[in-house]
Amino acid sequence: MSNETMLTRRGLFMKIGMLFNGLVGTALAVPIVQFLLSSVTRGRANGYLSWVPLGHVNEFPEGQTRLATFRNPYVMPTDGKTADTACWVRRVAGNEFQVFAVNCAHLGCPVRWFPQSGLFMCPCHGGAYYRDGSRASGPPERGLFEYPYKVEDGQIVIHAGELPTPGPSASLSTRKPSCA
Amino acid sequence: MRMIERIGEWFDHRLQLAAPIRDAVEHPVPRNTASWWYVFGSAALTVFLLQLATGILLALIYVPSADQAWSSLQALNHDIALGWFIRALHGWGSNFMVAIVLIHMMQVFLFGAYKFPRELTWIVGVFLLLMTLGMAFTGQVLRFDQDAYWGLGIGASIASRVPVIGSAVVKLMLGGPIIAGATLSRFFALHVFVVPGSLIAFVGLHLLMVLKLGINEWPMPGRIVKRATYEREYHELTKNDGAPFVPYAIWKDMFFAAFILIAVGACAVYFGPFGPTGRPDPTIIQTVPKPDYFFLWLYAVLSLLPPSLETPVLLVGPVIVIVGLLLLPFLSGEGEKSWKRRPIAVLTVLLIAIALGTFTHLAEHAPWSPHMNAWSSDPLPDRMLHSTTALERQGALVFQVKQCRNCHALGEAGGERGPTLDSVAVRLTQDQLIRQVIQGGGNMPAYGKNLSPAETTALVAFLGTLHPAGQAPARDDSRETVLGDGADKRPGLQP
Repeated sequence: MSNETMLTRRGLFMKIGMLFNGLVGTALAVPIVQFLLSSVTRGRANGYLSWVPLGHVNEFPEGQTRLATFRNPYVMPTDGKTADTACWVRRVAGNEFQVFAVNCAHLGCPVRWFPQSGLFMCPCHGGAYYRDGSRASGPPERGLFEYPYKVEDGQIVIHAGELPTPGPSASLSTRKPSCA
Repeated sequence: MRMIERIGEWFDHRLQLAAPIRDAVEHPVPRNTASWWYVFGSAALTVFLLQLATGILLALIYVPSADQAWSSLQALNHDIALGWFIRALHGWGSNFMVAIVLIHMMQVFLFGAYKFPRELTWIVGVFLLLMTLGMAFTGQVLRFDQDAYWGLGIGASIASRVPVIGSAVVKLMLGGPIIAGATLSRFFALHVFVVPGSLIAFVGLHLLMVLKLGINEWPMPGRIVKRATYEREYHELTKNDGAPFVPYAIWKDMFFAAFILIAVGACAVYFGPFGPTGRPDPTIIQTVPKPDYFFLWLYAVLSLLPPSLETPVLLVGPVIVIVGLLLLPFLSGEGEKSWKRRPIAVLTVLLIAIALGTFTHLAEHAPWSPHMNAWSSDPLPDRMLHSTTALERQGALVFQVKQCRNCHALGEAGGERGPTLDSVAVRLTQDQLIRQVIQGGGNMPAYGKNLSPAETTALVAFLGTLHPAGQAPARDDSRETVLGDGADKRPGLQP
């Protein structure tokens, strides 16, 4: 009887100790997990996308496709050149444009434009696209990713900021990440 | 001498490690395990220690910043005395470690060492393999060059295909919306802290179990593992036919470990460090990214799978493989150990080895990748232009200028994405050639919108000349009937 009482007394303290540590642990876990997931949650809250200028429309002759570069709108001080991004700008006519991500819709390698044959070709697994970005051949399941664009004061501006990936929600044609 | 002994005693009085260490090194092992087949585990450990040492040395100079990592690698290669050698040791050590871990795993599988009571040793080993591959991939990222940059893009593209949470997984992996500073920093943390820390812990567990459960005896055909009797039998074996691990068996481990270190060193001196290739600047798109050696097979699989199968295979395949490996000791925890009585096990190993070897070999050539410069740099063989008409020469020009050469070889130069066209005129008639060029199909883009009728005529005229000297080109019987006289007067078809 007395033994059990002794056990209960020590045991109780131990259990309180465990509970106490559990509470402190949980309290600490909340900011830790928040920190770990910050790159995901920020994307959901404010979004990484914003409007970025590519240059004056006159830099892009009608009927041609040219490489343009822009600085990613979300930058960290250590990013260096990696925050510079390339994209293919096709001026169809007048203010009608198509702005493609350089990333192949298969696995993201940089596609190159061949004006002579009117094809984008990917050096990795051989994906090919027509001049309008639609899929021509190879492993990609879709056409090139397209940035939403608008023309403001003679400048072509695109909605960019995320690495385009072939996952269902990462498509650039939706202006905001539709879900997680 | 007495002094050293007394210092040793002073420490052991406090640490009390001498007795357990003596027990561990002198524990009896079955005599027949003192074999050259049993040296791969210790060799893997040796290379791992080499990686720890060289890794720490590299960290003295390397800067894990997207802005400066590449320059710090250049400094290691060119400015710091013997920096190139330490980089080469680390790079070659990585290749050797993956290879030795795979060989060790194969040996353990074929010798039935995963069976009772060593199931957990195998399971921990599976995690050690995954961590080793994880180190290889994260290490490739730390060599922050164009291959690393676009390799991350491929990783992100694969991760994005996870249903529902794909986009979140990508941002978690990259540490932000794009491949940039945060990406390199978190791969640095993984490569330098998280994975090596887990590796050390798991290697410890792995070794502890080898000591506690004893090394797997040499498998004898007919000696069946049974849960009820195995441990008693093993105990008797070590008692009757055992010898202390040190020095009876360890000398072979030591010789092999030294040999492997010499091999790593020799490769490092002879071949030098890996890369870095071009600066990781995403605006430089003139690049042909390729994964490191041990991921080449995956590169091949991703090129050869039908598009519709890709996502399921990428997402479900690894799960099946890993779960299969983890379940293996539970599915066949008893029974025959010897490979001589396990034909399916032997065939499985052969099949996997041949498949991985074939994919790796294919990926070294990458016949599926267009040769991006073939159209402007590969010359047309003289014999293909010899005594051709102006129209055919115009067609040859169209062939080059429209980048057909990037995917189609002529005279063994050019891309291999599409078929070689040296004798295309034998396979396709004029009409079929026109249809194929204009409409594409069979994995070829349609060129209808990018060729004028005159260019198509010239191109098909040129293609029509591509047949071996003694072999007539293919022709439609109906052509003459439909078009009347002169229908088959396309140039270049003279017998």
